[in-house]
Amino acid sequence: MKYSKEFRDPQVAARFLEILAAAAARLDGVKTLMEVCGTHTMAIHRHGIRSLLPTKIRLISGPGCPVCVTPVDFVDKAVALSRLPDVIIATFGDMVRVPGSTTSLLKEKAQGIDLRIVYSPADAVALAARNPSRRVVFLGVGFETTAPTVAASILQAEKSWLENYFVLCAHKTIPEAMALLGEDPEIPIDGYLCPAHVSAVIGTRAYASLATEHAIPCVVTGFEPLDILQGVALLVHQILDGRAEVENQYSRFVRREGNPKAMEILHRVFEPCDARWRGLGTIPGSGLRIREEFAAFDIEKRLTIAAEPAREPSGCCCGEVLKGKIAPRDCPLFGTLCTPEEPVGACMVSNEGACAAAYRYGA
Amino acid sequence: MKSDVVLLGHGSGGKLSHQLLDEIIIPHLSGISLKNQNDSAVLPFRGERLAFTTDSYVVDPIFFAGGNIGDLAVNGTVNDLAMAGARPVALSVGLILEEGLPLRDLETIVRSMRKAADRAGIAIVTGDTKVVTRGGADKIFINTSGIGVFDHPHSVAGDGARVGDRILINGPVGDHGIAILAGREGLELGNDIHTDSAPLNGLVADLLREWGEAVHVLRDPTRGGVATTLKEIARQSAVDILLEENAIPVRPSVEGACAILGLDPLYVANEGKVLVFVEGKAASGVLDLLRGHPLGREAAMIGEVTSGAVAGGKVYLRTAIGGKRIIDMLSGEQLPRIC
Repeated sequence: MKYSKEFRDPQVAARFLEILAAAAARLDGVKTLMEVCGTHTMAIHRHGIRSLLPTKIRLISGPGCPVCVTPVDFVDKAVALSRLPDVIIATFGDMVRVPGSTTSLLKEKAQGIDLRIVYSPADAVALAARNPSRRVVFLGVGFETTAPTVAASILQAEKSWLENYFVLCAHKTIPEAMALLGEDPEIPIDGYLCPAHVSAVIGTRAYASLATEHAIPCVVTGFEPLDILQGVALLVHQILDGRAEVENQYSRFVRREGNPKAMEILHRVFEPCDARWRGLGTIPGSGLRIREEFAAFDIEKRLTIAAEPAREPSGCCCGEVLKGKIAPRDCPLFGTLCTPEEPVGACMVSNEGACAAAYRYGA
Repeated sequence: MKSDVVLLGHGSGGKLSHQLLDEIIIPHLSGISLKNQNDSAVLPFRGERLAFTTDSYVVDPIFFAGGNIGDLAVNGTVNDLAMAGARPVALSVGLILEEGLPLRDLETIVRSMRKAADRAGIAIVTGDTKVVTRGGADKIFINTSGIGVFDHPHSVAGDGARVGDRILINGPVGDHGIAILAGREGLELGNDIHTDSAPLNGLVADLLREWGEAVHVLRDPTRGGVATTLKEIARQSAVDILLEENAIPVRPSVEGACAILGLDPLYVANEGKVLVFVEGKAASGVLDLLRGHPLGREAAMIGEVTSGAVAGGKVYLRTAIGGKRIIDMLSGEQLPRIC
């Protein structure tokens, strides 16, 4: 992959860390920065970045792992659908191990449901085309990075006159959740490392109100180690200067206006709605639902799904972890009752979940 | 939410696999403790030692870049014998065929088995063939068992690692797993990604002949990759290990594929790689020897055994930018990311 080595250069990293240490020394106490995106969480663990940061900088993980914030009843609905005889469930890999109220898709697979892991919603459309006598239901989970590709799959299915392709939709948008957390007095967030890929779609302007109205410094940051160190340094400098602005560290991919083409497709198929986030509750305007015009592809409009009553696992602190209120290790279930092999909460399931990252990398 | 049925993760080579072995299979079948689990059993036989091993191959797809299930099945068992320090001498082949498998495919597969056996210098001496109804198996499953003998007095096993040992590998990691994934998913990842499947017995024989005294552990990092294998060795030998991320060879194409798929190359399977633990003073000589062998040209020294473990045995990685993190076994299966 081009440029991967350049953004992991040990000499440059050492220089960045010197600059960061000098800046951090001038901070008046410990500052809490939230990495919003699960990919950042994973990268921070994978590269051992916490072990290198000055003690005055505390990084906490945010709610930007789509699997982790998907509510239990979504999994229950997917399970109920999967048990219908003519249904094929198509999904990205991370969803299959997420526990529902009593079971997960992976456990149902061992019992015989037809579950296909795909790398793109377009593969799910192709699956529907190849299986005209079956109903293919794609699990639409993810933020603004995935939502346009799912919108495109619906447009593609419409163009191909496919009547057996459906989406179970739980897409969410990130800035609304960040605004909610920014207002929570229990979580003093001194700065946001804003997501890289999501920002490539929505643009840096999507965070403008966080900086202006909530006075929280924001830096759109890439996923390589040097990106993250620079993103942290930019946040520290904003804090020292008393500024709250949206800065773009990831300018090699992210534009102010984002990706207008992707946003156009997204808005053509989806419209904003209130959405429930696991652990965070209902956040107004933070979800995407399929527009009436495309109701033919919305499985929830096409049939009544008889899911079991939703039951949150007892003792699970995913909500507190997702808000950054506690570290994964502070959850009483962490590493004992809840492990990647036998996950209780979704944060332990996804590759990008804060608990899975902390467990795997021993943080 | 503990499962009461077998899950795919039980076959991943990671934590669930170990649980299955420790809790169900080993207690009922052999009673041999985890500490003594190695790639081959080494049996006393009339004053000599015999190595014996078995492995089943269910790879999907059966044809992939650089190989197929046939040569994989021969090389894999040859390597399990080689990792015990044995010279492979005889191999059995059990074929389970699904009704409907094209005979041409079968012939291609057995032809590559023959070729792989010749390359490794092992005789295929006995076999068995079964056919099951369509759906009763997926195209073809192969079991191979092998017997090996010892031409030297040295003993290498997973519990042999000692403080001060250097850890070497004979080439870049992750090729096999990525080649399989690319074949399975029809991903276009460029044409230099192919399996590294190869018989390592020749390389191991050279190694033990020249440096037998200094070699403490040999292990092929197959399922679960380098990370899981080193964690196993750390536990068996009760030592701590430090790896240098910058020193671990990974092809740029594999690195790129892993980045796209959200995988860590340290956890991706290899089929032609060996991790060698050697005494510190022999390390550079062993590295030269590996690099002089056709299967070791890109060999590298990737880490060392730092201390005896107080409890367990930990593997640490110094990351490219100088951070430090813990390496654990593969948990669940490596799954692609969604955002």
